[in-house]
Amino acid sequence: MTGRYDAIVIGGGHNGLVAAAYLARAGRKVVVLERRERVGGAAVTEEIFPGFKFSVFSYVVSLLRPEIIRELDLPSHGLEILPLESTVTPLRNGDYFAAWGDPDRSRRELHRHAPKDVEAMESFGRLMHHMAMAVRPIIGMVPPDPTSLGLRDLRGMLRLGGHLRGLDEKNVHALHKLMTMSAADFLDEWFECEPLKATKSASGIIGTFLGPRSPGTAYVLLHHYMGEIDGAFRAWGFARGGTGAVSEAIAGAARGFGAEIRTEADVAEVIVRGGRARGVALANGDELRAPVVVSGLDPARTFLGLLAEADVPDDVVEAVRRFRFRGSSGKVNLALAQAPNFPCLPGTGPHLRGAISISPSIEYLERAYDDAKYGAFSRRPYMDIVLPSMIDPGMAPPGMHVMSIFVQYAPYRLTGGWNDAQREAFGDAVIETLAEYSPNLESSILHRQVISPWDIEQMTGLTEGNIFQGELALQQLFFLRPVPRWAHYRTPVRGLYQCGAGTHPGGGVMGASGRLCAGEILRDRR
Amino acid sequence: MLKTTPFHDRTAPLCAGHAWRRWAGYVVASSYELTHEREYWAIRSAAALFDVSPLYKYLVRGPHAARLLDRVVTRDVIRCRVGQVLYTPWCNAEGKVLDDGTVARLEPDLFRLTSAHPNLRWLHQNAAGLRVTIEDVTERTAALAIQGPAARRALQRATDADLDGLGFFRLTRGSIRGLPVTITRTGYTGDLGYEVWIDAEAALRVWDGIVQAGTPVGLLPAGILALDVARVEAGLILVDVDYVSATHAVIPEQLSTPEELGLGWTVSGDKGPHVGQEALRAERARGPAMRLVGLEVEWESLERLHAEAGLPTRLPSAAWRTSVPVYAEGRQVGYATSGCWSPLLKKAIALAHLEPAHSAPGARVALEVTVQHRRRQADARVVPTPFFDPERKRAKILREAVR
Amino acid sequence: MSRPIDVLVLGGGLDELVAAGRLARRGRRVVVLVPGQELGGACVTEEFAPGFRADTVRLDPGYVSPGLLRELSLDASRVSWADGGVTALARGDRERPLYLPPDPAAAAQAIRSRSSKDADRWTTIAERLARFANVLERIYLKPAPLPTSRAAGDVLDLVGHALRVRGLGRRDMIELVRLLPMPVADLVDEWLEDPLLQGTLAAAGLADLQQGPRSGGTAFVLLHRQVGRPAGTVRGVPVVRGGLGSLAVAAADAARRHGADVRMGAPVARILDGPDGAEGVVLMDGTELSAKTIVSGLGVRKTLLRLADAGRFDPDLLHAVRCIRHRGVRARVLLALGEAPRFRGVDEAGHRATLSVAPSVDYLERAYDAAKYGKCSGEPWLEAVIPTLRDPEAGFAPPGRHVLSVAVQYAPYALRGGWTGRAREDLGDSVVKILGELAPNLPGAVLHRHVLAPVDLERDHGLDEGHPLDGELGLDQVLFMRPVGGWARHRTPMRGLYLTGPGTHPGGGVAGMAGEHAARAILADRR
Repeated sequence: MTGRYDAIVIGGGHNGLVAAAYLARAGRKVVVLERRERVGGAAVTEEIFPGFKFSVFSYVVSLLRPEIIRELDLPSHGLEILPLESTVTPLRNGDYFAAWGDPDRSRRELHRHAPKDVEAMESFGRLMHHMAMAVRPIIGMVPPDPTSLGLRDLRGMLRLGGHLRGLDEKNVHALHKLMTMSAADFLDEWFECEPLKATKSASGIIGTFLGPRSPGTAYVLLHHYMGEIDGAFRAWGFARGGTGAVSEAIAGAARGFGAEIRTEADVAEVIVRGGRARGVALANGDELRAPVVVSGLDPARTFLGLLAEADVPDDVVEAVRRFRFRGSSGKVNLALAQAPNFPCLPGTGPHLRGAISISPSIEYLERAYDDAKYGAFSRRPYMDIVLPSMIDPGMAPPGMHVMSIFVQYAPYRLTGGWNDAQREAFGDAVIETLAEYSPNLESSILHRQVISPWDIEQMTGLTEGNIFQGELALQQLFFLRPVPRWAHYRTPVRGLYQCGAGTHPGGGVMGASGRLCAGEILRDRR
Repeated sequence: MLKTTPFHDRTAPLCAGHAWRRWAGYVVASSYELTHEREYWAIRSAAALFDVSPLYKYLVRGPHAARLLDRVVTRDVIRCRVGQVLYTPWCNAEGKVLDDGTVARLEPDLFRLTSAHPNLRWLHQNAAGLRVTIEDVTERTAALAIQGPAARRALQRATDADLDGLGFFRLTRGSIRGLPVTITRTGYTGDLGYEVWIDAEAALRVWDGIVQAGTPVGLLPAGILALDVARVEAGLILVDVDYVSATHAVIPEQLSTPEELGLGWTVSGDKGPHVGQEALRAERARGPAMRLVGLEVEWESLERLHAEAGLPTRLPSAAWRTSVPVYAEGRQVGYATSGCWSPLLKKAIALAHLEPAHSAPGARVALEVTVQHRRRQADARVVPTPFFDPERKRAKILREAVR
Repeated sequence: MSRPIDVLVLGGGLDELVAAGRLARRGRRVVVLVPGQELGGACVTEEFAPGFRADTVRLDPGYVSPGLLRELSLDASRVSWADGGVTALARGDRERPLYLPPDPAAAAQAIRSRSSKDADRWTTIAERLARFANVLERIYLKPAPLPTSRAAGDVLDLVGHALRVRGLGRRDMIELVRLLPMPVADLVDEWLEDPLLQGTLAAAGLADLQQGPRSGGTAFVLLHRQVGRPAGTVRGVPVVRGGLGSLAVAAADAARRHGADVRMGAPVARILDGPDGAEGVVLMDGTELSAKTIVSGLGVRKTLLRLADAGRFDPDLLHAVRCIRHRGVRARVLLALGEAPRFRGVDEAGHRATLSVAPSVDYLERAYDAAKYGKCSGEPWLEAVIPTLRDPEAGFAPPGRHVLSVAVQYAPYALRGGWTGRAREDLGDSVVKILGELAPNLPGAVLHRHVLAPVDLERDHGLDEGHPLDGELGLDQVLFMRPVGGWARHRTPMRGLYLTGPGTHPGGGVAGMAGEHAARAILADRR
């Protein structure tokens, strides 16, 4: 089967779908080609075990850009984001540390652990607000190329420079610190409460192969505050129906604008003639033609997989090869016969409607990292646990629960490689660790799905299982993401664009890359 | 559950309307009776009993305790005598108000600081190089305020402390039902009044002692709604309502200096260095950007606006705490941050921040009011605060005269 | 002399003495107050055992520019890079050591025995590092760039720096920007394949830093350490004839020639101030000295928090000052030897070079792991020189005897359990054991062993947390953030009080430059 389209989007992940929706909205004839039998990429809901629905990979919706929700009218396509109410960090001494939805309750809890931190939190929150305001325009812009003398890039650099110089001096200093410090050191300047620092700093290590004491992990702290300045108070939440519902809603919006979405359509290569993309060839031999091809795949698969080496300049090949993926996290999904009991906060209280973070101290996280540095999974890993069925009962049979456990560190390059035995050993380490905080958990497990970075790569295609399509490290951000000079969503092959999380602004179910990419395509082909 | 104060076992059964509100993470009664009017009148005509335990309280102790507090607050703590209490704001290095509260010198090297917001970290940050210990005693210390013309009689019946000799903003020690108490002649109503500071464990017995002794002379437990009306009449500002703490301000416009809040008198000109001193000196030379003033709304004007809508002039009995624009010469020259109908003065009054050019007593401005969903402007006049300032508040009490 | 003192200079380090010389030359009456009896601050040469001397704190003075040597009336030959190579030692006797001479081509030749790929790339890497370091050098020669300043001169400086970065060309410019925040482990992984070479180069990004090679920002430290070095001298230390302390001695002489009064054994107890700012100091012995200008090289935290009345300063500034990360992580082990150590497989030139035990990135990372949890690694990264071979004329030891001066990282200041005598001995033992495996005659030749933990460096030399640079060189603590944001131009909120020393810009990268910048600030303020 062949067809004629204005644009072909490779990969039905959320960014691909967002790009397709925006292109279709602008009147373009678009087709999305998804290898798997369902859209969503890493944002999918699957019934792995009868009656239990899992957000298999990505499990919380934290950063989905509100403008995308508005512009694509996603709620009318079924998107509902239910807020996560709290974060509880159980401690080994039987106590816990919690951040609740209610500010008074949170302050009181913090006061219980470290009275001075209550004040620090106020000032910290204010600073983060300013930082988020400072960073927002950068996240929302197409990265200019600082080496270019092109008009657009110069204008972009000027705009960026003007913005930064417009900031208050103290905020510039704070921003500099945030960009260059370790999460642990940055938080040490503010807080005393160890579980607070650990739980906050954990957000800085997700998707990286760094420990919380390594510089470059502080700036991710900002992400928590980004949602708030966009008017989306408490932006952390679940999509009703699981993360797959986000993809379905975007796909629905795209279809509504006239886009065609094909599943089980595995693209083998991008057809390039005369330095220009002409269409794609599917693994089954079909060819589709279009003047615009958009890849939602990660940079390695886009530049080294879909394209022949001859079509990519050497320096880009080299830059993509040294782009760091190093998947460092895994996932354990559990079907539970009953809600887990945490003796530090017994029963099925509100704490089960929020996140449970296994991050009792910075040292704990750092030790978890130490294992991974030398090629082992963490024996006592960092975990971010949610029970979507507590908020969205449709995810599990009545009275039963699904538990989603994000686990770090699980290095892609495990010494000896990932195999069934290693995967189960990893799963055992997770359950054993968790049993220290929740003794009834193990006996409640009806089904266990363990996903290593290697599995993530096998299942979703994400290179080295990196959930962000490439580490979120400072040297891989903004105009360096994914490679210098090609951070503006275009590629050296004319007509071929990239819209995945491997481009600015990067990972999390944000959709910003897809939207910015669509904007660039429409600008090029008015 | 929110925190409850050490008096909760007594206040909860009294709270007939179940009207509670939050104060610094605690629940306290809005009013005990179904309306707060009787409680208000108790403040002005007899005596009212308030649970003010949610205030933050710190003990600052050590050879450099006075130096630390002197470094932090705008008033001269070095010259504060033992047994004296100072009301004072404190500022950041830019001279912007962080919080306000009282400093009581309990002993030569021991002070109690009260505040609306937590200040433990700030005190520690300022304690560089000083030999001083700072203890957060917020939860350990309960506090009651007894306010009103009969406050002294009511309290004196409960305690062996000598209240007659106790001057305005002074403190003394004594006991109630055999339990040690500290009594300060302070309060938040602008009336004769005392505050009693006790160990949290002693709270209920002290409450019982005061209630039993005071009830015969008209003492009535009162809630925050009544207090709010009284404090507006007294021209006393409230953080988060009349000003934004520099800790919370997001933009420069939200910041205030003491002078802008009408607290210029608290900034000592001849004390040693304190946080924000340079900035405040510069401001003194330049003049403040805004001034906090009292506004008296012309009754006739209010009546006319209501009449135009065919309505009688009825104002809500509770104080309001929303920001309301103030106009003069056809443009906005400021905003009022709290106000009320004063049942005593029979006036609508407000606390407003105005450009200095419009802030002189007698200046005529217009306050926005909403009458039947329509925004109107009522005539108002700048007046000195306190709106109500009875002599008894600060009067020296002559033993014979009262007994 | 009865003329009132214009400037009091606190500290006897190179920066302080350079500042004193500059100010004296411009007609100021300058008095330098040196706390102890030795000049040099952290660049000090002392006797550690009867008849044995060594540079007891820093091994590397940073970039000693020809300009500085001229200013100190020192011959250019005073600093020599002839023995600026590095001898990369593996652990035990499994592998042959690799001597990298300072000349990149010769080094490439040596590398060929281990990896021809790395050998092919070596000169390119050396040149690229030199180009990048040159950009930094140009920044360091100017006062700290201020990104938010609107003053015309500052903006011009910024534009100048930006143009210089652009001048590197498209590829290098991107490479420089990309490199700064990187972990040095990723960098050497991209550039090299031989583990010994990787470890040896990576270690350059870690000196005096409580971070491991996998920590972000360490690539910047590597560049910082390259400033002023001839291309190819990636880890080696130049030979400063007569020891590092001789630079300060020459600087003191120069300052005296310009009329400055350098007083030894004059520790300061307090800085006095009045309504108009600084007024003078009180010495430990109670002597009061008045001056309207004070420049302190005694450490940023000590100066602002302990010597000056901290109550004068904005609490937020005090907090920032308190938060400056020091975390000394280097101990020194000084060995007085009856004979020269003979490292197996190392030739004569190799013995005169800097001896390095950093056999792989993982080795360094594991050494760091211990320090993260407050422990001292039993297998630390070692950097050593034999001054008696490098500079035989200087008399570091009695004839025929030798000195081995070792820097040991990681040895954290905040050692769990504290730096007891036992902890020091354990550290000394592990150093002698590791080096003894490589130079079998060493253990028997030790006449005297002197271990200096970071706490000792703090006590003996006033170094905050034993950090020789008065603050880590993290990306967040350099340029306009050194010592703290808003005060990078050597001034303080107390009028007349200035800061100098490695805790200020440019962070010890260019010897004496912080003194020069401070002096310039004082002159610009017309004090």
